[in-house]
Amino acid sequence: MNVGKVNNGPKILVFSTEKISDPAIDMAGLLKLHYPPTVYTIPVPCSSAIKPRWILHALEQGFDGVFIAADGTDCPYGESCTEKTGVIVGTTQQLMREKGIDPARLKMAAICSVCSEPFVKHVKSFTEYLSKPSN
Amino acid sequence: MNKKIGVYICHCGGNISDYVDVEKVRQSVEKDEGVFLSKTTMFACADSNQQEMVDDIKAQDLDGIVVASCSPKLHLVTFRAVAERAGLNKYNYVHANIREQVSWAHSDNKPGATEKAIQIVKSAIAKARNAETLEPVKVESVKAVAVIGAGVAGMRAAIELAEAGSEVFLVEREFFVGGRVSQWDELCITPETGKELVTRLYDEVMKHKHVTLFTGAELSEQTGSVGNFSLKVKITPRHFKLQCAEGSLQKAIEVCPVEVPDEFNFNITTRKAIYHNYPSEYPQLPAIDMKNCTRCGECEKVCSSIDFSQKEEAINLKVGSILLATGFDPYEPKQGEFGYGEIDDVVTLPQFKRIVHYCKDKLTYKGKEVKNIAYIYCVGSRQVDGENKYCSRYCCTSNIHTAITVKKKYKNIHNFHFNRGIRTYGKAEVWYEESSRLGDIYLQSFEHDPPVVERREGQTFVKIKDLLTSNKELEVAADLVVLVTGMVPRKDNSIGSLLKIPKGRDKFFNEIHMKLRPVETVIDGVTIAGASQGPKNIMESMNSALAAATKSFSLVASGELALEPTVAKVDRAACTWCGKCAEACPFNAIDMVGGNGNSVAHVNSSVCKGCGMCLPVCPENALELIGLSDVDMENMIDALIPTA
Repeated sequence: MNVGKVNNGPKILVFSTEKISDPAIDMAGLLKLHYPPTVYTIPVPCSSAIKPRWILHALEQGFDGVFIAADGTDCPYGESCTEKTGVIVGTTQQLMREKGIDPARLKMAAICSVCSEPFVKHVKSFTEYLSKPSN
Repeated sequence: MNKKIGVYICHCGGNISDYVDVEKVRQSVEKDEGVFLSKTTMFACADSNQQEMVDDIKAQDLDGIVVASCSPKLHLVTFRAVAERAGLNKYNYVHANIREQVSWAHSDNKPGATEKAIQIVKSAIAKARNAETLEPVKVESVKAVAVIGAGVAGMRAAIELAEAGSEVFLVEREFFVGGRVSQWDELCITPETGKELVTRLYDEVMKHKHVTLFTGAELSEQTGSVGNFSLKVKITPRHFKLQCAEGSLQKAIEVCPVEVPDEFNFNITTRKAIYHNYPSEYPQLPAIDMKNCTRCGECEKVCSSIDFSQKEEAINLKVGSILLATGFDPYEPKQGEFGYGEIDDVVTLPQFKRIVHYCKDKLTYKGKEVKNIAYIYCVGSRQVDGENKYCSRYCCTSNIHTAITVKKKYKNIHNFHFNRGIRTYGKAEVWYEESSRLGDIYLQSFEHDPPVVERREGQTFVKIKDLLTSNKELEVAADLVVLVTGMVPRKDNSIGSLLKIPKGRDKFFNEIHMKLRPVETVIDGVTIAGASQGPKNIMESMNSALAAATKSFSLVASGELALEPTVAKVDRAACTWCGKCAEACPFNAIDMVGGNGNSVAHVNSSVCKGCGMCLPVCPENALELIGLSDVDMENMIDALIPTA
């Protein structure tokens, strides 16, 4: 686990989506729904655009977990997004297994543009999971 | 690679710097590779700071800019414009969100927030180092706007849009236009009635050949995005072919055996299944409420215009923008709240207005003459323990105006106002003055010690510990208690869920920024107006309707929209053409070029929407998004990891 200067909890990289889940994460801040400051966000246009190599790079460089805040059925680019993002997660988890990385360090959930509370709940429970000594 | 990057870290007044040590952030990034200058600023978006940035870019010949401030949804465009004004390609600007996703999200942990802000700014700098000069992609925008809701805000917006030159589809869920304002008689400030105002707007709407009005119509499906929304609208039939022959409508209403509570009159009266809410209502064609109609057929015998064969229709619309003006509902007090639903003499302000409408020379309620009226303010608003923390803004003025009307219309009326501080702001203050001059009595209490309504010995009493008379316990024997109820979001606000419009803490539709982008939502192309956004009086609703119409029109005006140049590009040397990218593309933007064993993928950039779905499926990693390459992504990820 990477140890920062102040933020010693597990570091989580969130891939959010510009039109759907990133507004929800913004709104979590607006509503002062606190979550650990070790959660960092990089927005992408669509969750189906995330390359497995980006996820692996994050985990290999020091992130303890990667969370995909997926568009789900709200994706403005098409209905196939949920399925495609699911395939990306499956492919990446297989690569993680091959590299000896716990596949549970990659999580995905659909976060709609108003899903601030579910987002906070997800990253808190993911932080809790990653904080367990065995992980 | 950009080597002369300017970094600006915003205090946002204190919104950021109250929780994030902005000077520490500046010091932590000033020596980062490529950073040429770094500054903190009280308000990065202020004109003076924008000019300073322009001057810095020009004087120092900066080739990249990072501003760490609020969400990019708010000011990305602002700072890109700064870059352009200074002669720098706007895609060399990178935004770092350290307010919504740092200072506000972690206001409980200041050192933690500061450390996170440092990494986020470092990540933005890493992206700026690799930023390229790009040009936006142009796409067609349908020159039409769907306005949802034909109340006063929706109709005003429709008129404005049509006058500007847009095609307008005005979609109203009810069978009649006018919304809540059509339920009001004389309005405040001017003596015009709500119905007259609605008529005036309806006449203007009908004058425009570019406005198409759908009543009994509801949005049921939406696909697409800004510039090109596809909407499906479900239209419920009125079951009337034509205007009825004189007298036959009245006969049809008389023979209809169904009687249901009349929602237009807030259930203080009843209506038949065939109805119009008032004689001059628009469109001037009655409707049949099929939820309550028993299909007995009596009406058909006396009115030949009735047509039960009409079926529900669905129409498809193409629009470039959607404007929501879906209004509000009045707060419905809970059972027993100040005696509501339990004591007969307790009504709400909207009900009281309808009672006053129907009583000509003498004010009566349930057969009893009313002389002493007790008004209890802030019911359903400014709740200390309830959900509605907000002030509904219109109710103090509306109630005092109604109390004056009552006093002038009927004899021997005594008004008693049980309030928590009167808010007749702006021009409405004159009504407060007039009511006081007419002898109305004002009694005041704190929110924790509200008035009590009780029934004893066949009489209703309202008791208060009155602040204005040193907490003296005072009691009024009231013939009628009027609960001055505020505004709440529409009970059926499913349109918000359909379009995924965020709601604020007050549960009304939420704008991006209440001051800077007050009618835009995070859903590109969807604007909001009127009381759907929060409590507003008519003037404020009109202002927001005009603002939303202008914003929506700006998206469709030229028939073209400049979109992000974030489209896919193919590394032709790496591509071996397997076709997986073409399969993954939902827009058919990828096809094969070449041949004879040298086939490669080709992206049609005018069709590509930049979703990136083609990226992860390529087994050769031959596809990237412009502006979000592997190098960009890996640099950003690396910069988020603290080095010490």
